[in-house]
Amino acid sequence: MATVIVVTSGKGGVGKTTTSASFATGLAQRGYRTAVIDFDVGLRNLDLIMGCERRVVYDFINVINGEANLNQALIRDKHVENLYILPASQTRDKEALTKEGVERVLDDLRQSFEYIVCDSPAGIERGALMALYFADEAMVVTNPEVSSVRDSDRILGILASRSRRAEQGDPPVKEHLVLSRYAPERADRGDMLSVEDVLEILGIPLLGVIPESPTVLQSSNAGVPVILEEGSDAGAAYGDLVDRFLGKNLPHRFITPPKKGFLKRLFSGG
Amino acid sequence: MLLSSPRFTGENRPPFELKGSLFTLTVLHLFQLDRAAIERHLTDKVKQAPSFFNDTPVVIDLDALAEPRDGVDSVDFQGLYQTLRQYGMAPVGIRHGSPELQARARLAGLPVLPDNRSASAAKKSEPTEPPSPHSRVIHHPVRSGQQIYVADGDLIVLGAVSAGAEVIADGNIHIYGVLRGRALAGVKGDVEAWIFCQSLEAELISIAGRYRISEQIDSAGQGKAMQIHLVDDRLVIEALAH
Repeated sequence: MATVIVVTSGKGGVGKTTTSASFATGLAQRGYRTAVIDFDVGLRNLDLIMGCERRVVYDFINVINGEANLNQALIRDKHVENLYILPASQTRDKEALTKEGVERVLDDLRQSFEYIVCDSPAGIERGALMALYFADEAMVVTNPEVSSVRDSDRILGILASRSRRAEQGDPPVKEHLVLSRYAPERADRGDMLSVEDVLEILGIPLLGVIPESPTVLQSSNAGVPVILEEGSDAGAAYGDLVDRFLGKNLPHRFITPPKKGFLKRLFSGG
Repeated sequence: MLLSSPRFTGENRPPFELKGSLFTLTVLHLFQLDRAAIERHLTDKVKQAPSFFNDTPVVIDLDALAEPRDGVDSVDFQGLYQTLRQYGMAPVGIRHGSPELQARARLAGLPVLPDNRSASAAKKSEPTEPPSPHSRVIHHPVRSGQQIYVADGDLIVLGAVSAGAEVIADGNIHIYGVLRGRALAGVKGDVEAWIFCQSLEAELISIAGRYRISEQIDSAGQGKAMQIHLVDDRLVIEALAH
Protein backbone atom coordinates (compact mmCIF):
# COMPACT_ATOMS: atom_id res chain seq x y z
CA MET A 1 0.00 0.00 0.00
CA ALA A 2 1.42 3.35 -1.03
CA THR A 3 1.89 6.12 1.51
CA VAL A 4 0.92 9.69 0.65
CA ILE A 5 3.06 12.32 2.39
CA VAL A 6 2.30 16.03 2.20
CA VAL A 7 5.10 18.53 2.67
CA THR A 8 3.41 21.64 4.00
CA SER A 9 3.97 24.70 6.18
CA GLY A 10 1.38 27.43 5.81
CA LYS A 11 4.08 30.00 5.32
CA GLY A 12 5.93 30.52 2.06
CA GLY A 13 9.67 30.43 1.56
CA VAL A 14 10.46 28.10 4.46
CA GLY A 15 11.76 25.23 2.34
CA LYS A 16 8.80 23.08 1.34
CA THR A 17 9.91 22.50 -2.22
CA THR A 18 13.56 22.03 -1.19
CA THR A 19 12.38 19.46 1.37
CA SER A 20 10.02 17.73 -1.08
CA ALA A 21 12.78 17.41 -3.67
CA SER A 22 15.40 16.09 -1.25
CA PHE A 23 13.00 13.82 0.63
CA ALA A 24 11.65 12.24 -2.56
CA THR A 25 15.16 11.88 -3.94
CA GLY A 26 16.33 10.29 -0.68
CA LEU A 27 13.49 7.74 -0.71
CA ALA A 28 14.26 6.84 -4.32
CA GLN A 29 18.01 6.57 -3.57
CA ARG A 30 17.14 4.02 -0.93
CA GLY A 31 15.26 1.95 -3.47
CA TYR A 32 11.65 3.01 -2.99
CA ARG A 33 9.53 3.80 -6.04
CA THR A 34 8.63 7.42 -5.41
CA ALA A 35 6.52 10.07 -7.12
CA VAL A 36 6.60 13.73 -6.18
CA ILE A 37 3.74 16.03 -7.19
CA ASP A 38 3.89 19.81 -7.42
CA PHE A 39 0.57 21.17 -6.11
CA ASP A 40 1.64 24.79 -6.58
CA VAL A 41 -0.46 25.28 -9.70
CA GLY A 42 0.42 28.59 -11.35
CA LEU A 43 3.73 28.93 -9.49
CA ARG A 44 5.54 25.85 -10.70
CA ASN A 45 8.89 25.47 -8.93
CA LEU A 46 9.57 21.83 -8.17
CA ASP A 47 10.70 21.12 -11.71
CA LEU A 48 13.33 23.86 -11.38
CA ILE A 49 14.67 22.58 -8.06
CA MET A 50 14.86 19.07 -9.51
CA GLY A 51 16.35 20.21 -12.78
CA CYS A 52 13.69 18.85 -15.10
CA GLU A 53 12.03 22.07 -16.21
CA ARG A 54 12.97 21.62 -19.85
CA ARG A 55 11.38 18.22 -20.04
CA VAL A 56 7.86 19.26 -18.94
CA VAL A 57 5.31 18.43 -21.62
CA TYR A 58 2.12 17.59 -19.78
CA ASP A 59 1.29 18.47 -16.19
CA PHE A 60 -0.86 17.54 -13.19
CA ILE A 61 -3.85 19.58 -14.41
CA ASN A 62 -3.71 17.96 -17.85
CA VAL A 63 -3.99 14.59 -16.13
CA ILE A 64 -6.83 15.76 -13.88
CA ASN A 65 -8.71 17.05 -16.92
CA GLY A 66 -8.08 13.87 -18.90
CA GLU A 67 -6.01 15.70 -21.52
CA ALA A 68 -3.06 13.41 -20.90
CA ASN A 69 -2.49 10.17 -19.07
CA LEU A 70 -0.20 9.76 -16.10
CA ASN A 71 2.59 8.08 -18.04
CA GLN A 72 2.74 10.99 -20.43
CA ALA A 73 2.92 13.55 -17.64
CA LEU A 74 5.31 11.84 -15.22
CA ILE A 75 8.90 12.96 -15.71
CA ARG A 76 11.60 10.44 -14.93
CA ASP A 77 14.28 11.96 -12.73
CA LYS A 78 17.70 12.00 -14.25
CA HIS A 79 19.65 11.93 -10.97
CA VAL A 80 18.27 8.81 -9.32
CA GLU A 81 16.34 5.69 -10.27
CA ASN A 82 12.79 5.06 -9.08
CA LEU A 83 11.88 8.75 -8.97
CA TYR A 84 9.19 10.47 -11.00
CA ILE A 85 7.99 14.06 -10.96
CA LEU A 86 4.48 15.24 -11.73
CA PRO A 87 4.86 18.96 -12.42
CA ALA A 88 2.26 21.64 -11.78
CA SER A 89 0.67 23.65 -14.54
CA GLN A 90 2.13 27.12 -14.85
CA THR A 91 -0.76 28.54 -16.85
CA ARG A 92 -3.70 27.48 -14.71
CA ASP A 93 -4.79 28.38 -11.22
CA LYS A 94 -5.59 26.34 -8.14
CA GLU A 95 -9.30 26.12 -8.93
CA ALA A 96 -8.33 23.49 -11.49
CA LEU A 97 -7.51 21.16 -8.59
CA THR A 98 -10.75 19.26 -8.05
CA LYS A 99 -11.06 16.84 -5.18
CA GLU A 100 -12.26 14.07 -7.50
CA GLY A 101 -9.46 14.74 -9.98
CA VAL A 102 -6.74 14.74 -7.32
CA GLU A 103 -8.14 11.58 -5.79
CA ARG A 104 -8.17 9.82 -9.14
CA VAL A 105 -4.57 10.76 -9.89
CA LEU A 106 -3.42 9.69 -6.41
CA ASP A 107 -5.28 6.38 -6.72
CA ASP A 108 -3.57 5.76 -10.05
CA LEU A 109 -0.16 6.60 -8.58
CA ARG A 110 -0.78 4.26 -5.64
CA GLN A 111 -0.84 1.37 -8.10
CA SER A 112 2.78 1.78 -9.10
CA PHE A 113 4.54 3.75 -6.37
CA GLU A 114 5.42 3.12 -2.73
CA TYR A 115 5.68 6.76 -1.68
CA ILE A 116 3.82 9.74 -3.10
CA VAL A 117 5.17 13.10 -1.94
CA CYS A 118 2.83 16.08 -2.33
CA ASP A 119 4.64 19.42 -2.44
CA SER A 120 2.08 21.87 -1.04
CA PRO A 121 1.84 25.52 -2.00
CA ALA A 122 1.98 28.12 0.77
CA GLY A 123 -1.23 29.40 2.33
CA ILE A 124 -4.32 27.60 3.50
CA GLU A 125 -6.37 27.92 0.34
CA ARG A 126 -7.45 25.38 -2.21
CA GLY A 127 -3.98 24.31 -3.37
CA ALA A 128 -2.75 23.65 0.15
CA LEU A 129 -6.03 22.00 1.17
CA MET A 130 -5.96 19.66 -1.83
CA ALA A 131 -2.30 18.79 -1.20
CA LEU A 132 -3.00 17.70 2.37
CA TYR A 133 -6.51 16.30 1.99
CA PHE A 134 -5.50 12.75 1.00
CA ALA A 135 -2.32 12.59 3.08
CA ASP A 136 -1.41 9.69 5.35
CA GLU A 137 1.54 11.54 6.83
CA ALA A 138 2.55 15.18 6.92
CA MET A 139 5.91 16.86 7.03
CA VAL A 140 5.46 20.29 8.49
CA VAL A 141 8.36 22.51 7.47
CA THR A 142 9.07 25.31 9.92
CA ASN A 143 11.73 27.96 10.25
CA PRO A 144 12.87 28.89 13.76
CA GLU A 145 10.86 32.08 13.71
CA VAL A 146 7.56 32.97 15.41
CA SER A 147 5.43 33.66 12.34
CA SER A 148 6.53 30.45 10.67
CA VAL A 149 5.80 28.48 13.83
CA ARG A 150 2.34 29.98 14.13
CA ASP A 151 1.53 29.18 10.50
CA SER A 152 2.71 25.62 11.04
CA ASP A 153 0.44 25.41 14.05
CA ARG A 154 -2.44 26.55 11.86
CA ILE A 155 -1.65 23.91 9.26
CA LEU A 156 -1.51 21.23 11.98
CA GLY A 157 -4.99 22.31 13.03
CA ILE A 158 -6.22 21.97 9.46
CA LEU A 159 -4.60 18.54 9.13
CA ALA A 160 -6.40 17.46 12.29
CA SER A 161 -9.77 18.75 11.19
CA ARG A 162 -10.02 18.97 7.41
CA SER A 163 -8.02 16.09 5.98
CA ARG A 164 -9.84 13.06 4.63
CA ARG A 165 -8.62 11.02 7.59
CA ALA A 166 -10.16 13.57 9.96
CA GLU A 167 -13.41 13.78 8.02
CA GLN A 168 -13.83 10.01 7.84
CA GLY A 169 -12.76 9.41 11.43
CA ASP A 170 -9.74 7.30 10.36
CA PRO A 171 -6.51 7.33 12.41
CA PRO A 172 -5.13 10.87 12.21
CA VAL A 173 -2.52 12.05 9.74
CA LYS A 174 0.93 11.23 11.20
CA GLU A 175 2.76 14.47 11.85
CA HIS A 176 6.49 15.14 11.48
CA LEU A 177 8.35 18.35 12.15
CA VAL A 178 11.11 19.52 9.84
CA LEU A 179 12.96 22.51 11.22
CA SER A 180 14.81 24.14 8.36
CA ARG A 181 17.21 27.05 8.00
CA TYR A 182 18.42 26.43 11.53
CA ALA A 183 21.50 28.33 12.72
CA PRO A 184 22.57 26.91 16.11
CA GLU A 185 24.80 29.82 17.06
CA ARG A 186 21.99 32.30 16.40
CA ALA A 187 19.56 30.19 18.41
CA ASP A 188 22.11 30.14 21.24
CA ARG A 189 22.28 33.92 21.12
CA GLY A 190 18.50 34.11 21.24
CA ASP A 191 18.22 35.62 17.74
CA MET A 192 16.05 32.76 16.61
CA LEU A 193 13.88 30.18 18.31
CA SER A 194 15.69 27.08 19.52
CA VAL A 195 14.71 23.52 18.63
CA GLU A 196 13.23 23.19 22.14
CA ASP A 197 11.16 26.39 21.74
CA VAL A 198 9.62 25.16 18.50
CA LEU A 199 8.96 21.67 19.85
CA GLU A 200 7.31 23.11 22.94
CA ILE A 201 4.92 25.19 20.88
CA LEU A 202 4.07 22.65 18.20
CA GLY A 203 4.29 19.49 20.25
CA ILE A 204 4.90 17.06 17.38
CA PRO A 205 7.85 14.67 16.81
CA LEU A 206 10.97 16.15 15.26
CA LEU A 207 11.99 14.35 12.09
CA GLY A 208 14.92 16.52 11.11
CA VAL A 209 16.78 19.77 11.61
CA ILE A 210 18.21 21.24 8.40
CA PRO A 211 20.98 23.74 9.04
CA GLU A 212 21.04 27.07 7.25
CA SER A 213 23.50 26.52 4.43
CA PRO A 214 24.60 28.37 1.28
CA THR A 215 24.63 25.01 -0.50
CA VAL A 216 20.82 24.98 -0.51
CA LEU A 217 20.65 28.08 -2.68
CA GLN A 218 23.46 26.89 -4.94
CA SER A 219 21.89 23.49 -5.51
CA SER A 220 18.44 25.03 -6.11
CA ASN A 221 19.88 27.20 -8.83
CA ALA A 222 21.74 24.25 -10.27
CA GLY A 223 18.60 22.09 -10.28
CA VAL A 224 20.12 19.40 -8.06
CA PRO A 225 18.33 18.41 -4.84
CA VAL A 226 20.61 19.31 -1.96
CA ILE A 227 20.51 15.76 -0.60
CA LEU A 228 22.74 14.83 -3.54
CA GLU A 229 25.41 17.35 -2.48
CA GLU A 230 27.84 15.06 -0.74
CA GLY A 231 29.67 16.76 2.07
CA SER A 232 27.19 19.57 2.67
CA ASP A 233 25.58 19.90 6.10
CA ALA A 234 22.12 20.42 4.65
CA GLY A 235 22.48 17.42 2.35
CA ALA A 236 23.64 15.21 5.24
CA ALA A 237 20.75 16.45 7.39
CA TYR A 238 18.24 15.51 4.67
CA GLY A 239 19.91 12.10 4.41
CA ASP A 240 19.39 11.59 8.15
CA LEU A 241 15.82 12.81 7.83
CA VAL A 242 14.99 10.20 5.20
CA ASP A 243 16.62 7.44 7.26
CA ARG A 244 14.68 8.52 10.33
CA PHE A 245 11.47 8.56 8.31
CA LEU A 246 12.20 4.98 7.29
CA GLY A 247 12.60 3.97 10.90
CA LYS A 248 16.29 4.42 11.73
CA ASN A 249 17.05 5.87 15.13
CA LEU A 250 19.65 8.56 14.48
CA PRO A 251 20.70 11.40 16.79
CA HIS A 252 20.03 14.92 15.54
CA ARG A 253 23.10 16.61 14.16
CA PHE A 254 23.62 20.32 13.45
CA ILE A 255 21.67 21.50 16.46
CA THR A 256 24.64 22.76 18.47
CA PRO A 257 27.13 25.36 17.24
CA PRO A 258 30.29 23.89 15.72
CA LYS A 259 33.12 23.81 18.23
CA LYS A 260 35.80 26.36 17.54
CA GLY A 261 39.28 25.02 16.97
CA PHE A 262 42.20 26.14 19.09
CA LEU A 263 43.45 28.68 16.57
CA LYS A 264 39.98 30.15 15.94
CA ARG A 265 39.48 30.54 19.66
CA LEU A 266 42.86 32.20 19.97
CA PHE A 267 42.12 34.76 17.28
CA SER A 268 38.51 35.50 18.17
CA GLY A 269 39.61 36.14 21.74
CA GLY A 270 36.93 33.83 23.08
CA MET B 1 -4.09 38.69 61.59
CA LEU B 2 -6.42 41.64 61.32
CA LEU B 3 -6.43 42.25 65.06
CA SER B 4 -2.67 42.17 65.29
CA SER B 5 -2.25 44.73 62.56
CA PRO B 6 -1.35 48.20 63.91
CA ARG B 7 -4.51 49.83 62.61
CA PHE B 8 -6.61 47.97 65.12
CA THR B 9 -4.57 48.22 68.28
CA GLY B 10 -4.81 50.63 71.20
CA GLU B 11 -6.58 53.92 70.74
CA ASN B 12 -6.91 53.54 67.01
CA ARG B 13 -9.19 50.61 67.31
CA PRO B 14 -12.59 51.51 65.77
CA PRO B 15 -15.68 51.28 67.96
CA PHE B 16 -17.22 48.54 65.85
CA GLU B 17 -16.79 46.36 62.84
CA LEU B 18 -19.35 45.28 60.26
CA LYS B 19 -19.48 41.71 59.11
CA GLY B 20 -22.01 39.81 57.08
CA SER B 21 -23.69 36.81 58.68
CA LEU B 22 -26.56 34.51 57.93
CA PHE B 23 -29.51 33.88 60.26
CA THR B 24 -32.49 31.67 59.99
CA LEU B 25 -35.61 33.76 60.23
CA THR B 26 -39.17 32.60 60.64
CA VAL B 27 -41.52 34.14 58.16
CA LEU B 28 -45.02 34.97 59.36
CA HIS B 29 -47.34 35.06 56.39
CA LEU B 30 -50.11 37.43 57.37
CA PHE B 31 -53.51 36.80 55.78
CA GLN B 32 -55.62 39.33 57.68
CA LEU B 33 -55.23 42.14 60.21
CA ASP B 34 -57.90 41.19 62.73
CA ARG B 35 -55.90 41.53 65.96
CA ALA B 36 -58.30 39.34 67.98
CA ALA B 37 -58.01 36.52 65.44
CA ILE B 38 -54.22 36.82 65.44
CA GLU B 39 -54.08 36.67 69.23
CA ARG B 40 -56.33 33.59 69.34
CA HIS B 41 -54.18 31.77 66.88
CA LEU B 42 -51.01 32.79 68.70
CA THR B 43 -52.37 31.51 71.99
CA ASP B 44 -53.06 28.16 70.39
CA LYS B 45 -49.57 27.99 68.95
CA VAL B 46 -47.91 28.92 72.20
CA LYS B 47 -49.95 26.30 74.03
CA GLN B 48 -48.56 23.64 71.76
CA ALA B 49 -44.98 24.69 72.36
CA PRO B 50 -44.67 27.09 75.28
CA SER B 51 -41.10 28.29 74.78
CA PHE B 52 -41.03 27.94 71.04
CA PHE B 53 -41.33 31.64 70.31
CA ASN B 54 -38.88 32.98 72.88
CA ASP B 55 -37.12 35.79 71.04
CA THR B 56 -37.75 34.16 67.71
CA PRO B 57 -36.93 36.70 65.02
CA VAL B 58 -39.75 36.87 62.50
CA VAL B 59 -40.28 38.61 59.22
CA ILE B 60 -43.85 39.62 58.50
CA ASP B 61 -44.74 38.73 54.96
CA LEU B 62 -47.57 40.84 53.56
CA ASP B 63 -47.78 39.17 50.19
CA ALA B 64 -50.94 37.20 50.94
CA LEU B 65 -52.59 39.94 52.98
CA ALA B 66 -56.02 40.90 51.74
CA GLU B 67 -56.45 44.59 51.00
CA PRO B 68 -57.68 46.17 54.30
CA ARG B 69 -61.32 47.23 54.05
CA ASP B 70 -60.78 50.54 55.79
CA GLY B 71 -57.82 51.52 53.65
CA VAL B 72 -54.10 51.34 54.32
CA ASP B 73 -54.19 54.10 56.93
CA SER B 74 -56.16 51.85 59.28
CA VAL B 75 -53.34 49.32 59.50
CA ASP B 76 -51.73 49.46 62.92
CA PHE B 77 -48.22 47.99 62.60
CA GLN B 78 -47.29 49.32 66.04
CA GLY B 79 -50.12 47.30 67.59
CA LEU B 80 -49.20 44.22 65.56
CA TYR B 81 -45.61 44.54 66.70
CA GLN B 82 -46.62 44.68 70.36
CA THR B 83 -48.93 41.70 70.03
CA LEU B 84 -46.24 39.56 68.45
CA ARG B 85 -43.68 40.69 71.02
CA GLN B 86 -46.11 39.75 73.80
CA TYR B 87 -46.06 36.17 72.57
CA GLY B 88 -42.28 36.08 72.43
CA MET B 89 -41.69 36.84 68.79
CA ALA B 90 -39.20 39.51 67.75
CA PRO B 91 -40.35 41.11 64.49
CA VAL B 92 -37.31 42.33 62.53
CA GLY B 93 -39.13 43.74 59.53
CA ILE B 94 -41.67 43.17 56.81
CA ARG B 95 -41.47 42.15 53.23
CA HIS B 96 -43.68 42.36 50.15
CA GLY B 97 -46.94 44.29 50.30
CA SER B 98 -47.94 47.44 48.49
CA PRO B 99 -45.73 50.54 48.64
CA GLU B 100 -48.35 52.18 50.87
CA LEU B 101 -48.26 49.31 53.35
CA GLN B 102 -44.47 49.35 53.30
CA ALA B 103 -44.42 53.09 54.01
CA ARG B 104 -46.71 52.53 56.99
CA ALA B 105 -44.52 49.73 58.28
CA ARG B 106 -41.47 51.99 58.10
CA LEU B 107 -43.34 54.62 60.12
CA ALA B 108 -43.91 51.99 62.79
CA GLY B 109 -40.17 51.25 62.89
CA LEU B 110 -40.34 48.03 60.90
CA PRO B 111 -37.78 48.00 58.10
CA VAL B 112 -38.75 46.64 54.69
CA LEU B 113 -36.58 43.68 53.76
CA PRO B 114 -35.62 43.27 50.11
CA ASP B 115 -37.71 41.03 47.95
CA ASN B 116 -35.34 38.14 47.28
CA ARG B 117 -37.69 35.95 45.33
CA SER B 118 -36.12 36.60 41.91
CA ALA B 119 -32.58 36.45 43.28
CA SER B 120 -33.10 33.16 45.03
CA ALA B 121 -34.79 31.69 42.02
CA ALA B 122 -31.88 32.67 39.80
CA LYS B 123 -29.33 31.33 42.28
CA LYS B 124 -31.14 28.05 42.52
CA SER B 125 -31.00 27.51 38.78
CA GLU B 126 -27.19 27.87 38.61
CA PRO B 127 -25.33 25.93 41.26
CA THR B 128 -27.94 23.24 41.75
CA GLU B 129 -27.70 22.26 38.10
CA PRO B 130 -25.95 18.90 37.85
CA PRO B 131 -22.58 18.90 36.06
CA SER B 132 -23.69 19.89 32.63
CA PRO B 133 -24.26 17.10 30.16
CA HIS B 134 -23.08 19.50 27.46
CA SER B 135 -19.51 19.64 28.75
CA ARG B 136 -16.92 18.69 26.19
CA VAL B 137 -13.48 17.14 26.54
CA ILE B 138 -11.00 17.92 23.75
CA HIS B 139 -8.28 15.27 23.55
CA HIS B 140 -5.99 17.06 21.12
CA PRO B 141 -4.18 20.38 21.18
CA VAL B 142 -6.23 23.32 19.94
CA ARG B 143 -4.21 24.80 17.09
CA SER B 144 -3.94 28.32 15.77
CA GLY B 145 -7.07 29.27 13.84
CA GLN B 146 -9.26 26.66 15.51
CA GLN B 147 -12.23 27.73 17.56
CA ILE B 148 -14.06 25.52 19.99
CA TYR B 149 -17.31 26.60 21.60
CA VAL B 150 -19.27 24.68 24.19
CA ALA B 151 -22.84 25.85 24.69
CA ASP B 152 -24.36 25.46 28.17
CA GLY B 153 -21.37 23.66 29.61
CA ASP B 154 -17.72 23.41 30.47
CA LEU B 155 -14.83 22.98 28.08
CA ILE B 156 -11.95 20.75 29.09
CA VAL B 157 -8.82 20.71 26.91
CA LEU B 158 -6.28 17.93 27.49
CA GLY B 159 -3.49 19.79 25.74
CA ALA B 160 -2.27 23.19 24.76
CA VAL B 161 -4.30 26.02 23.28
CA SER B 162 -2.05 27.64 20.69
CA ALA B 163 -1.62 31.31 19.96
CA GLY B 164 -4.37 32.28 17.54
CA ALA B 165 -6.74 29.59 18.81
CA GLU B 166 -9.96 30.34 20.69
CA VAL B 167 -11.66 28.28 23.35
CA ILE B 168 -15.10 29.49 24.37
CA ALA B 169 -17.67 28.12 26.81
CA ASP B 170 -20.89 29.21 28.43
CA GLY B 171 -19.48 27.57 31.57
CA ASN B 172 -15.96 27.04 32.90
CA ILE B 173 -12.82 26.36 30.90
CA HIS B 174 -10.15 23.91 32.08
CA ILE B 175 -6.91 23.68 30.12
CA TYR B 176 -4.48 20.91 31.10
CA GLY B 177 -1.71 22.43 29.03
CA VAL B 178 -0.35 25.81 28.07
CA LEU B 179 -2.90 28.51 27.29
CA ARG B 180 -1.35 30.67 24.59
CA GLY B 181 -4.49 31.64 22.71
CA ARG B 182 -7.77 33.14 23.86
CA ALA B 183 -10.05 31.70 26.51
CA LEU B 184 -13.54 33.10 27.03
CA ALA B 185 -15.61 31.58 29.81
CA GLY B 186 -19.18 32.42 30.80
CA VAL B 187 -19.79 34.06 27.44
CA LYS B 188 -23.54 34.15 28.01
CA GLY B 189 -22.97 36.25 31.10
CA ASP B 190 -22.28 33.69 33.81
CA VAL B 191 -20.20 35.70 36.29
CA GLU B 192 -19.57 32.52 38.31
CA ALA B 193 -17.52 30.97 35.50
CA TRP B 194 -13.82 30.22 36.01
CA ILE B 195 -10.83 29.60 33.80
CA PHE B 196 -8.09 27.19 34.91
CA CYS B 197 -4.85 26.54 33.05
CA GLN B 198 -1.55 24.76 33.65
CA SER B 199 0.46 27.64 32.22
CA LEU B 200 -0.89 31.10 31.54
CA GLU B 201 0.56 32.68 28.41
CA ALA B 202 -2.78 33.81 27.02
CA GLU B 203 -3.44 36.41 24.36
CA LEU B 204 -6.74 37.17 26.01
CA ILE B 205 -8.82 35.92 28.89
CA SER B 206 -12.44 36.81 29.47
CA ILE B 207 -15.18 35.92 31.90
CA ALA B 208 -18.74 37.08 31.27
CA GLY B 209 -17.46 39.79 28.94
CA ARG B 210 -14.82 41.19 31.33
CA TYR B 211 -11.56 40.67 29.53
CA ARG B 212 -7.87 41.28 29.78
CA ILE B 213 -5.28 41.08 27.01
CA SER B 214 -1.82 39.65 27.56
CA GLU B 215 -0.27 43.07 28.16
CA GLN B 216 -2.65 43.60 31.06
CA ILE B 217 -1.87 40.28 32.68
CA ASP B 218 0.60 40.63 35.52
CA SER B 219 3.92 39.18 34.40
CA ALA B 220 4.23 37.42 37.77
CA GLY B 221 1.49 35.03 36.69
CA GLN B 222 2.83 34.44 33.20
CA GLY B 223 3.85 30.88 32.51
CA LYS B 224 2.41 29.57 35.77
CA ALA B 225 -0.58 27.45 36.68
CA MET B 226 -3.33 29.97 37.31
CA GLN B 227 -7.04 30.30 37.95
CA ILE B 228 -9.12 33.22 36.84
CA HIS B 229 -12.50 34.33 38.11
CA LEU B 230 -14.59 37.41 38.77
CA VAL B 231 -14.76 39.14 42.13
CA ASP B 232 -17.06 42.16 42.25
CA ASP B 233 -17.00 42.38 38.48
CA ARG B 234 -13.19 42.42 38.35
CA LEU B 235 -11.04 39.68 36.86
CA VAL B 236 -8.86 38.08 39.50
CA ILE B 237 -5.89 36.06 38.28
CA GLU B 238 -4.31 33.94 40.98
CA ALA B 239 -2.14 30.90 41.45
CA LEU B 240 -4.03 27.66 40.95
CA ALA B 241 -5.21 26.44 44.36
CA HIS B 242 -3.86 23.01 45.21
